[in-house]
Amino acid sequence: MVNVLDRKLLRDLVRLKGQALTIALVVAVGIANYITLRSAWRALGDSKAAYYEQYRFADVFARLKRAPDSVADRIHDIRGVASVYPRVVEQVLLPLDDMLTPAHGEIVSLPTHGRPPMNDVYVKSGRFPEPGHGNEVLVYEPFAEEHNLQPGSTIPAVLNGKLHELIVVGLALSPEYVFAIEPGGITSDDERFAPMWMSESAVAAAFRMEGAFNDVVIRLEPGADEKAVLIALDQVLEPYGGLGAYGRELQISNSILNGELAQIEAMVIVLPGVFLAVAAFLLNVVFSRLVTLQRGQIAVIKAVGYRNATIGLHYLKMVCIIVVVGSVFGVGLGAWLADAMLDLYAGFFRLPMTRGRIDLPVAINAIIASFVAAVLGVSLSVRRAVTLPPAEAMRPPSPARYHASSLERTPGLRRIRQTTMMVFREIWRRPLRTVLSSAGIAFALAIIILGRFGKDAHGPILDLQFGRQQREDISVNFTDEVAQRGLGYLAHLPGVDQVDGYRATPVRFRSGPRWRDSVLIGLPPDSHLRRLFTRQFQPARIPHSGVLITDVLADILDAEPGDMIEVELKEGDRGTRQVRVSGTIDEAFGIQGYMHKNSLHELLREKPTINTALLRVDPAREAELHLRLTDIPTVQSIHRKRTLLEKFEEQTGRTMQVITLILTLFATAIAVAVVYNNARVSLSLRSRDLATLRVLGFTRAEVSAILLGEQAVQVFLGIPFGMLLGTWGAKALLELQADPEQFRMPMLISTQTYAFSAMVVLAAAILSALLVRRSLDSLDLIGVLKTRE
Amino acid sequence: MPEPTQDAERSAILAAHDVTKVYRMGDVDVHALRGVNVPLHEGELMVLLGPSGSGKSTLLNILGALDVPSSGRVLYRGEDIAAAGERELTQFRRNHVGFVFQFYNLVPSLTARENVALVTEIAKNPLDPSEALEMVGLTERMDHFPAQLSGGEQQRVAIARAVAKQPEILLCDEPTGALDFRTGIRVLEVIDQVNRSLGTTTAVITHHAPIASMADRVVSLSDGLVASDETNDEKVSPSELTW
Repeated sequence: MVNVLDRKLLRDLVRLKGQALTIALVVAVGIANYITLRSAWRALGDSKAAYYEQYRFADVFARLKRAPDSVADRIHDIRGVASVYPRVVEQVLLPLDDMLTPAHGEIVSLPTHGRPPMNDVYVKSGRFPEPGHGNEVLVYEPFAEEHNLQPGSTIPAVLNGKLHELIVVGLALSPEYVFAIEPGGITSDDERFAPMWMSESAVAAAFRMEGAFNDVVIRLEPGADEKAVLIALDQVLEPYGGLGAYGRELQISNSILNGELAQIEAMVIVLPGVFLAVAAFLLNVVFSRLVTLQRGQIAVIKAVGYRNATIGLHYLKMVCIIVVVGSVFGVGLGAWLADAMLDLYAGFFRLPMTRGRIDLPVAINAIIASFVAAVLGVSLSVRRAVTLPPAEAMRPPSPARYHASSLERTPGLRRIRQTTMMVFREIWRRPLRTVLSSAGIAFALAIIILGRFGKDAHGPILDLQFGRQQREDISVNFTDEVAQRGLGYLAHLPGVDQVDGYRATPVRFRSGPRWRDSVLIGLPPDSHLRRLFTRQFQPARIPHSGVLITDVLADILDAEPGDMIEVELKEGDRGTRQVRVSGTIDEAFGIQGYMHKNSLHELLREKPTINTALLRVDPAREAELHLRLTDIPTVQSIHRKRTLLEKFEEQTGRTMQVITLILTLFATAIAVAVVYNNARVSLSLRSRDLATLRVLGFTRAEVSAILLGEQAVQVFLGIPFGMLLGTWGAKALLELQADPEQFRMPMLISTQTYAFSAMVVLAAAILSALLVRRSLDSLDLIGVLKTRE
Repeated sequence: MPEPTQDAERSAILAAHDVTKVYRMGDVDVHALRGVNVPLHEGELMVLLGPSGSGKSTLLNILGALDVPSSGRVLYRGEDIAAAGERELTQFRRNHVGFVFQFYNLVPSLTARENVALVTEIAKNPLDPSEALEMVGLTERMDHFPAQLSGGEQQRVAIARAVAKQPEILLCDEPTGALDFRTGIRVLEVIDQVNRSLGTTTAVITHHAPIASMADRVVSLSDGLVASDETNDEKVSPSELTW
């Protein structure tokens, strides 16, 4: 049996349906946001933890030139090391028929018997290679899918300069390659990069690594000092061409996955918080008006004997219904979006994803938070209703008091039209409401900027990196350094128009106790095909002497231009050299250092050599050229710039489109709710004034201008603040970005993005204003003259 | 344009001609006006008397273009405004009519002067707002907001607002209805003064019969029909009124 008060409640809600629904929508979006982000964070984090645990992901990693197996025992003796797994890891070319340039494989050895003790392989279909079957491999599943490879397929591979026909026996994943990115690559490319696993005896035979290893992974004892282990490990591996040990934190796949998790974690509180704050504010606006309008009713209800608590509960129930409607919709939307987000992630992060249905505690938390926000929002109004003495409530509320603001004494301002003055005074009377409404609009706009700004930096950075910096069409990496005159040979290959080359060497940069393993690149100062630019798109020069280091590296080393740093060489005599930092460069990618090519040769005490060649080619003869390049035994990998670029565009482009669309819709919900509710309440507050003006001969358009002028001011105040907030938020998000040592997006927000976000907010505002304007047309001109306010 | 047909309409600036008004309230038709003929002559002060429900407010609303009749014509200088569209009605109110209401209907966020300026800004040939306020004796309180003024003062601001655009017609709906006797007299004096000094054709609605003594002409309505329409030859000043 529905009691009378509840009937009143339902009818009030029906009357307020537009406002109730827009607020419920904001609540729903807040809840959906929380559920989406929290579920994605949980699913990704839990899957990662379970995967690492079950497949025994290593704690410490190191590459080296070559060490006999006995060295593994010495590593085991290092304090804190629980277990050691020496492996052979080699780069191979995969000249597939369906590709112009060969794909790149990374072959990882598997123990002859049993499973790897760490960095185990998750075989999704097929089986492990059998001992004695030297040409059997497991292939990274996403790569196999790209090329329609199944267990039983064959795949051509150049192992140590010789072409082999390998048999795919299974498709696999590994915790090492959750985000598979090839050495020196900028993004994952499932079509062109394939981790592969092969039995140790077969790899050793192909690469002459019998009784030796060139890669080692380590599990630490609980509570071990990782840093101490890294230092000790480097010492052990030093004579064997160690390239510097590193922990999980710097393992590329893990670090990218962690970066993503950190980003979600940062947004999981902020984004839903914004929506709930907006909902609370709007409930406050709507309910404070409702209680004012219903003073008389409240008085009568109290006068006939209803208790104060009953009145309070009556209004709270109304709020609860709004939140319940928002929750139902929000939970549904959240479950759907969470699923969609995980689908998106499944395309980037290859790990067995444990997906539950909706995470109940997460949903409950979101709903509780919404209730708390809503109740806080209406608490003052409800209190007012509860404490209103019935006798006082019978009288009309005392008339609104207005004041001339001090601002109005400004000469010139006195001459503004009275209708403008009405708008101005209304704003002046409720500055907090104006500020909060503008804040709502500002947040909506900022959210759109956050969804889009990634795209802005994307184009220019690609243009910088692949247009102005890397001017070659093809780059060729060699397994070892080759003589400078090798470039002459390349110049005569078919289709080659221009040739250039540089020398890169792995080093450890050190300054006092601080160090980082990286690469030192020797560039010819007059290089046509490789130039340097800062993240701010300014060209930089190669110094004649000393080393130019990326400023992230300078921060790591705490070094400034003019300081002397140590460069520990990882090849040649592996000596340590003192080099002066000639300057720093704010580049977008990596943490490398640059030197004049001749200076690098002096540092290495070697004759002029190169290990990467850069080619400008005639597109018509490219196919022919690739065949010739693949035949050169010392070629380790071939990168075609255009392919890289297309991949990057395709991958980031699609994700960003989806994110932009979703966030734009979310922001629209806020903008519509703010403008619609404010305009509605404002109309209810001022319908008498506006009707009077209509009687006095003001046109509909003039009267609308007064009502909507106030909303317009809030929107126009919100827009610049939203732009500032969006810019600030974008900066904060950039700070959290996945692995700053790998890639630093430039801070760039285009005029189009600012314009687009402002347009969306304006369009939402205009739409809401038009909805309210319709009711303005049906103002009761006669009724208003017969009633006292 | 229809030609005026009767002698009486020759000097009528505004006239209701066979006007009826039927409101539909739920399933019931309410006949508020049942065929009313009332001319308003140039420069006269007319008082429209009648008990509540007699249709006097409905008539005033129709004459003031706030409402349209169900049938009949409303002629303003010979032109039928009953058939005009919403836009024309707004223009008619804006350019030719001043209104004074029972509850003043001032804009609370504007001062007395600004409430008057609200109208002068959109009028073709307005008085200066301070001049209009001086006429109603409120020079001192020009910069006060409505909440700072008494009821009588607010009504005088409303009158100043109505006359500041120098309308041809001033329509007052129970202008003293919310005021005490003394304040009411003061307001009527102002209306009388405007009528005499500016020559504004004025219609005042009231249910207080004694007010009729200050009129040039008295029209009584009863049950939606004109009960009487008489010229008042013994016009007295508002200060002499009692009720």
